[in-house]
Amino acid sequence: MNEVRRVISIVVENESSVLSRVAGLFAGRGYNIETLTVAPIPNSKRSRITIATKGDERTIAQITKQLNKLIPVYEVVEHNEMVEKEMVLVKFPLSEPLADIEVLCEAYNGTIVNVGVDMCIGMVADEPCRIKHFIEASARFNPIEIVRGGVVAIER
Amino acid sequence: MQMNGAQMVCEALVAEGVKTVFGYPGGAIMNVYDAIYKQDGFEHILNRHEQASVHAADGYARASGEVGVAMVTSGPGFTNAVTGLATAYMDSIPLVVISGQVPQILLGTDGFQEIDAIGISRPCTKHNYLVRDIAELPRILKEAFHIARTGRPGPVLVDIPKDITAEMGEFVYPESVDLPSYMTIPKVESSAIELAVEAILKAKKPLIYIGGGAVLSNASEAIRAFAELSQIPAVETLMALGVMGAENPLRLGMLGMHGNYASNMAMSETDLIISLGARFDDRVTGKLSEFAQYAKVIHVDIDPANISKLVAVDYPIVGDVKEAVEMLVSGLKGKVQTKQYDDWREILARYDALYPQSFEDSDEIIKPQWVIERLGETLGEEAIVTSDVGQHQMWAAQHYPFDRPRQWINSGGLGTMGFGLPAALGAKKAFPNKTVINVTGDGSILMNVQELVTASEYKIPVINVILNNHFLGMVRQWQTFFYEERYSETDLTFQPNFKALAEACHGIGYDVTTKEEFDMALKDAIEQDKVAFINIQVARFENVLPMVPANAALNNMMLPKIANPDKGEK
Repeated sequence: MNEVRRVISIVVENESSVLSRVAGLFAGRGYNIETLTVAPIPNSKRSRITIATKGDERTIAQITKQLNKLIPVYEVVEHNEMVEKEMVLVKFPLSEPLADIEVLCEAYNGTIVNVGVDMCIGMVADEPCRIKHFIEASARFNPIEIVRGGVVAIER
Repeated sequence: MQMNGAQMVCEALVAEGVKTVFGYPGGAIMNVYDAIYKQDGFEHILNRHEQASVHAADGYARASGEVGVAMVTSGPGFTNAVTGLATAYMDSIPLVVISGQVPQILLGTDGFQEIDAIGISRPCTKHNYLVRDIAELPRILKEAFHIARTGRPGPVLVDIPKDITAEMGEFVYPESVDLPSYMTIPKVESSAIELAVEAILKAKKPLIYIGGGAVLSNASEAIRAFAELSQIPAVETLMALGVMGAENPLRLGMLGMHGNYASNMAMSETDLIISLGARFDDRVTGKLSEFAQYAKVIHVDIDPANISKLVAVDYPIVGDVKEAVEMLVSGLKGKVQTKQYDDWREILARYDALYPQSFEDSDEIIKPQWVIERLGETLGEEAIVTSDVGQHQMWAAQHYPFDRPRQWINSGGLGTMGFGLPAALGAKKAFPNKTVINVTGDGSILMNVQELVTASEYKIPVINVILNNHFLGMVRQWQTFFYEERYSETDLTFQPNFKALAEACHGIGYDVTTKEEFDMALKDAIEQDKVAFINIQVARFENVLPMVPANAALNNMMLPKIANPDKGEK
């Protein structure tokens, strides 16, 4: 069957064991987690977990249903029409041309966020496919370290 | 009212109407046991192993429909209970299990008898709690019972650190629960029912397929009325035996790996499956890609996750089985023609005549199937029958005439050896006036045999019928068929003296080698007020048939030799 990529938002009770319930469900039933982000929802006792996953349509449907069965889960949203962003931090050596790095970051709606004695850090927040392209493009500047965040999404 | 956490636990159990708690004390749960000592709201049964406590609570729940309650200590007490939790989880049995935990100050320090109970039990409970504040305890206990018994039922664990059971707090037991994130019972949509009714009226070969959910939903009466009205034949899973009643002319039998010929052929040829609280388990479907290839599927299930999990469903109906079936009956009334499916039932009757559920009896040696049929003739509807897991379980399922739901208690989903005896204790506690028989094997019975002592101490006289073939029979059967008779570690010739073992535990034992001896032993055991072992030497190499080999299509059955080729056409 055809694998599709899907972003799922899960609104949960903000309690200590809830992330392990969600992650454990994915592990126990053999579902994929491509990225996972979690943070409290402002002004509430709830948190939002955003998971990017892959699977055939039946698997995705099962993931949604199984998540809904978890007691501390309020809402599961399978995103279709969404704005989806991911963040990446890249550390470059200052032996590379700083101006060129800055131009690259700006091309991807990013910027240089820190410059030290021998390195600088670029930050880009954009759609996941653009992040992938940015990482590919930054390879020519010999990055020392690349730290990718998970996906966050909001329904349009 | 001010009281400590331990007293709160007792008060909550009383408030929930709990009459019997099965358990085993230990360090971290001692405060609660101290409170139990001082109360008389419920009885406590001291099992001799925590696994048995949970199985006993489970047997109690299956027999009565009430929430079963077990209590264990932390660490090894809890880990021993895990098999019981998983058994109940797989069969959706409502339990509340209370475990002690190390004091909060020791949590996460690898303290003595500390284990992460919440982490371990997460995949085998419907929900679990670690209590972190005495103020939360009454609410959590209330929620635990509510979650266990509503929606798709299941076991709930409440893990309570020792300092919480010692701490004083204000006890007000909540009257209701406030769980906005918890879906209980989705209301059956009448539009879904209408579509299903249309599909039933259009079908030529419809088949009612009944699962354990029908028992949990107490839907037996409604389902019998549905079948009666529509004259649609029905098959039952291992978990649903008794829903239709053995004598019901519309009941074809059990389907699946050890289902009878007519049931499996019906499922293979039907054009409309009406699934009522069943979940298309692999032991039912056989090879999935060849399962019921001509069928559209109506699937009634309280758990939306079961719908289209394994088999694509054309007419999903989410909700309580009983409610949905009652709505189907109203929808079909006046529309369905009673003769509509006569041809289909005739085909199935021919299949049943061709290969009825049968076995070749013997005068020289007791056949295990004979024992079950004899039990059925002698006890019939009166008895509750529990079982362990293996050949004896399948023979009991095939040959005992179950007439009502909750009469047959076994571990279907997890397949837990050692379930039968403690479950029988639980069932007998729920129904002290009924005869409770545990059909077991010489392998399974040793996996919780210590419960003989519990049975004797509390005078819970259950009768264990041991079909003794000196083999781990079901594994041996697979080795015969699929491993060229290499009987790797399945020969149980070296075994205890079962009669003496029962007697050593203050019970009564019988060694049986003839049919007459069995009749006498059973009669005597029923009259005695003691836990009994009836140890029966049965035919060693008898196989459970029919059998669908693992991952073969459901109509690809190994059949017994004595079919009736003259009775069927084809």
